[in-house]
Amino acid sequence: MSATTFGRGATPATARAAAWTPRQPGRRRRQNLAALGLIWPWLIGFGIFFVYPLVSTVWFSFTHYDQINPPTWVGLRNWRYVFGLHAFWQSLGNTAWLVVVMVSLRVVSGLGLGLLVVRVKRGAGLLRTVFYLPYLAPPVAATIAFAFLLNPGTGPVNTLLSKVGIQGPDWFNDPAWAKPALTLLAVWGVGDLMVIFVASLLDVPAEQYEAAELDGAGPLQRFRYITIPHLRPVLTFAAITGVIATLQYYTQAVVVAQVASGRADQPGAPFDAGYPNGSTLTLPQLVYSMGFQHFETGSACVISVVLFVIAMAFTSVLLRRGAGFIAAED
Amino acid sequence: MADLTESLALTARPRTTGAVKSDQWRRRIGVLEWVGLHAVGLGLAIVFVLPFVFLLLTSVMSSDQALTTDLWPRTWHWENYAQVFRTEGFVTWWKNSLMYAGLGTALTIVSSTPVAYALAKMRFTGRNAALMLVISMMMLPPQVVIVPMYLLWAKQFHLTGTLWPIIIPLAFGDAYSIFLLRQFLLTIPREYIDAAKVDGCGEWRTLLSVVVPMIKPALVAVALFQFFYCWNDYFGPQIYASENPAAWTLSYGLQSFKGAHHVNWNLTMAATLLVMAPVIVIFLLAQRAFIRGVTLTGVKG
Repeated sequence: MSATTFGRGATPATARAAAWTPRQPGRRRRQNLAALGLIWPWLIGFGIFFVYPLVSTVWFSFTHYDQINPPTWVGLRNWRYVFGLHAFWQSLGNTAWLVVVMVSLRVVSGLGLGLLVVRVKRGAGLLRTVFYLPYLAPPVAATIAFAFLLNPGTGPVNTLLSKVGIQGPDWFNDPAWAKPALTLLAVWGVGDLMVIFVASLLDVPAEQYEAAELDGAGPLQRFRYITIPHLRPVLTFAAITGVIATLQYYTQAVVVAQVASGRADQPGAPFDAGYPNGSTLTLPQLVYSMGFQHFETGSACVISVVLFVIAMAFTSVLLRRGAGFIAAED
Repeated sequence: MADLTESLALTARPRTTGAVKSDQWRRRIGVLEWVGLHAVGLGLAIVFVLPFVFLLLTSVMSSDQALTTDLWPRTWHWENYAQVFRTEGFVTWWKNSLMYAGLGTALTIVSSTPVAYALAKMRFTGRNAALMLVISMMMLPPQVVIVPMYLLWAKQFHLTGTLWPIIIPLAFGDAYSIFLLRQFLLTIPREYIDAAKVDGCGEWRTLLSVVVPMIKPALVAVALFQFFYCWNDYFGPQIYASENPAAWTLSYGLQSFKGAHHVNWNLTMAATLLVMAPVIVIFLLAQRAFIRGVTLTGVKG
């Protein structure tokens, strides 16, 4: 029954898990039809914009397809090609770097700013607004702004650094500094996490802190044994969504590579993905350059499948860990 | 007697002065903590605002001065902003961004609310599976399906070179908006819905006349998120509209702006601020709805 009402929306396993033994078949059917009346447009969209392209992506990954002649089956050739590609492993390495450094710095600074906003007595509202605003800056605009701020020759940051006697690095033009510079940009936009942490921090019952203080617990102990356990679900959520966002990391890297390499100044110049030296290359950029610039459809789809597998692995962790925050009400 | 008071005073006095001392001490630590916290807060606030300040200052410099290490404009050139608007394409990109964001948001709200309602308040076979799928779609990198999607829009519908390939799918529900609305709908007591049913309302009537008025704040928050998502979108316009500059949005056109004025940081910064401005103004006007929405994504439930 579940399979018929849900169509191809559900995989057999999840549908079976969600099915129940209908005690009143008539009522159950009426409810299913009523729900179907509300969700059918979404089901159609799900089929056209999710199931169909996903199946096609997997199929294309085993074919040679130049987007003009019909695709021909080539077996594992694209897979072997992609897995032997230096740029592929470099992208994975860059993503791993961003996950370890950028995501953890974002979580730590979001928590730090949240603690600050919660404890400050005067101007907490204003402070929250100020910390949140950069998150809203459109990524393209924020990235161009940082390309200017961190511009090695005349940028304000290096100008200020030289005033205190420090020779600033080349930031987006130095392979060793490009990712740290992107991390600065990401930490500037940490407002989303800060707001989530503030809400969660305000939820900690004050009595627990008072009781701990009476028992002689210092501020560090209170943080370690009350605050952190209370925040654990939110920390997990922030970490996993951070990893998934990093897998998709695209706009900032593309824009900064164009502006810093000077390609944006020469319309029509070939795009230097991952400038400088592939240090900002990520898998989504490889999908774009293979699929839309070199028309290697099959290889682009191999990378898409890899992205899909990694993203789904982390999403399934989120679904299992986040059972509380997604639990149904009845 | 005197001895007794004396000895009492003697024993009592050190205790009271000690208490006073530790009291003062505690107060002093409290003051220090207060000053320290607020100093850190103020310092960090300045660091977070400084990038905007530098953008603004550079945007009103003369073209020559913008290429120097100067931080403060020698002469103020507000006419830079007028020049940005006169740049070819800029006004068109504004219109396209407004169209994409406005229409996209309206379609998202209309198509996502019924699905969120069904997921939160109706019992049906496969509901949990549907919810899992919504969350999976929310987490899916758009690049996973982009190649077949592009081919579909290019070869079957012949709509590449326009923004329709990124607007039309929003008419079929947006996973993120569905999830957010569903989280909010969970907080609405069932009794209201049951009461409407007893009064003879069908699902659609219940949704439109009972539920929608109750979730207005969430609808505002979701609408804002979607508007900003569309306004900021770079990947979508790049894939589908890059071949046709007349269909570009501000977010996509902005980097080519850097190309058109290649050494003019002042004009580029003015354009950058003009792209940021609508988002920041809308946020300041609707801050409360916004923060509530962000909070909903992560913690409540």
